[in-house]
Amino acid sequence: MNNSQLLESEIIELEQTARELRRKSLKIIHEAGSGHPGGSLSAADILAALFFGGILKYDPSNPKDPGRDRFLLSKGHATGLLYSTLSMAGFFPDRYLSGYRKINSEIFLSGHPHPKTPGVEIAAGSLGQGLSVAHGIALGARLDGLDYKVYVVLGDGELQEGQIWEAAMSAVKFKSNNLVAIVDNNKVAQDNITKDLKDLEPLEDKWKSFGWETQRIDGHNMEEIMTALQQEPHPEKPRVIIADTIKGKGVSFMEGQIGWHGVAPSDEKLEEALKELQ
Amino acid sequence: MKDGATRDGYGESLLSLDDRVVVLDSGVSDSTRTKKFGEKFPDRFFNMGICEADMVCTAAGLATTGKVAFATSFACFLLGRSMDQILVSLAYSNTNVKLVGTHAGISVGEDGPTAQMIVDLAYTRAIPNMTVLQPADWEEAFQATQALVDHQGPVYMRLGRGKVKGLYDSSYKFQIGKGHTLKQGKDLVIFATGIMVQESLKAVEQISDLDITVVNISSLKPLDTDLIIEQVKKNGAVITAEDHNRIGGLGDAVAEFLMESGLSVPFKKIAVNDTFAETGSAGQLFEKYGLSANHIVEAIKATVAKKK
Repeated sequence: MNNSQLLESEIIELEQTARELRRKSLKIIHEAGSGHPGGSLSAADILAALFFGGILKYDPSNPKDPGRDRFLLSKGHATGLLYSTLSMAGFFPDRYLSGYRKINSEIFLSGHPHPKTPGVEIAAGSLGQGLSVAHGIALGARLDGLDYKVYVVLGDGELQEGQIWEAAMSAVKFKSNNLVAIVDNNKVAQDNITKDLKDLEPLEDKWKSFGWETQRIDGHNMEEIMTALQQEPHPEKPRVIIADTIKGKGVSFMEGQIGWHGVAPSDEKLEEALKELQ
Repeated sequence: MKDGATRDGYGESLLSLDDRVVVLDSGVSDSTRTKKFGEKFPDRFFNMGICEADMVCTAAGLATTGKVAFATSFACFLLGRSMDQILVSLAYSNTNVKLVGTHAGISVGEDGPTAQMIVDLAYTRAIPNMTVLQPADWEEAFQATQALVDHQGPVYMRLGRGKVKGLYDSSYKFQIGKGHTLKQGKDLVIFATGIMVQESLKAVEQISDLDITVVNISSLKPLDTDLIIEQVKKNGAVITAEDHNRIGGLGDAVAEFLMESGLSVPFKKIAVNDTFAETGSAGQLFEKYGLSANHIVEAIKATVAKKK
């Protein structure tokens, strides 16, 4: 046992799941010929923990169950990872993933999320909107007297959008403690290192000063991720988990690189990447 | 028939709705008339603070949980500060959010052009999935608000600041997608929306030698094209009237439909002439910027004269 109340073997299994999600993400981005590998790889451990670590309550055979926990990917470009995760979770068969980013595919698998895809709550793709939407859902849960939680994954570059901080203030005003934001702090945006584009630090201080229960973890350490996600909600504060990650994690030639934000790997590069992700 | 601002009809109507309804405001609930709802139903009222973009997306989130979410602010800021949020979280996602923008048009008056929304109909008409409404009086605003509760999908409803004369009583039945003929004539039809319905009726009273039709177009999208065709055929000349820029509003909606229908008749737009207005009373601005009953009278004469 460890701090996450999981067996070591369970932690190892989640790590393997995350690796499988990374492989799948790269394969479907490669097959589509376009997509966003860097930000898919950085968030893979977080999504593996949420969907397969017993955190999110969901029933893929009843994706609109009113009592389900909600998951939103506000950094909507990471659909390579999102759709790989949803198919692995059983929302749709694996073979449909070959329709990723293709017109007239068997199910709707657009470049960015849309609720026509089973398991997706709302469209995303313009950064900065997901925290507000997640907060609206959290308010709806309270009105309905339901105890589900709302989880939203934000990108670090996305935190440069002003609307994030509007939503941060709103969630504190309404004491929305059923809202959990996870920042995939991979430190690289599209055309720049996030710090050079516009520095977010000191990031914990920012969230704390807005009134959020704040913690910072290693976003590639499964035990730390699980321990953070298993925490009971604060009596009244919303919670943010700043997960320090590496863009392109797991593939040496992508890690920390600016050039792998929105570029699909070639046949050769895919093969090289998959070898590293064995 | 009740005189009053359309925003007052909206605020009153909100109090009559069922508990699926939630109302959001961005710190102007006294002006938008959502305040009473907040006092009566504090659990279902969310005064978000001055953050229209956040408000619109929060409304979208609430809507995904089965609520009918009315997001309200001044038209200028509601739309001006959240166009992208409206596209992604409302229209593309097809969430059940009702945007209600008050204080639209230059008739807002002395606050000047930063408070005078004249591009909102162009904005919202161009958005897929969006329904666009503008009631003309208190009663119609009251009924339109009720109609929105059973309508599925995103809507923009445009309301005014100033008091308007009552046109309807409770025997009227508002329907999304329907226009309403207030006065049947034969020489020219005015398709008017919002406060310009009242202004058009004033103009028509000043004309004795022509028999003018006045139609209230409170549903700008979908447009009541059956009624438009019928009245254009009966009258043979058209004026459109709106407190909005001449680009992208009611005039364009009617004109594009007529062109595609192959109906060619004398046509004149009464609208703000692609300019920002200025400070002044609503009456002064209508006179200076071409929207007053006097301008409509001139337009009627000139347009009828072009008939063959």
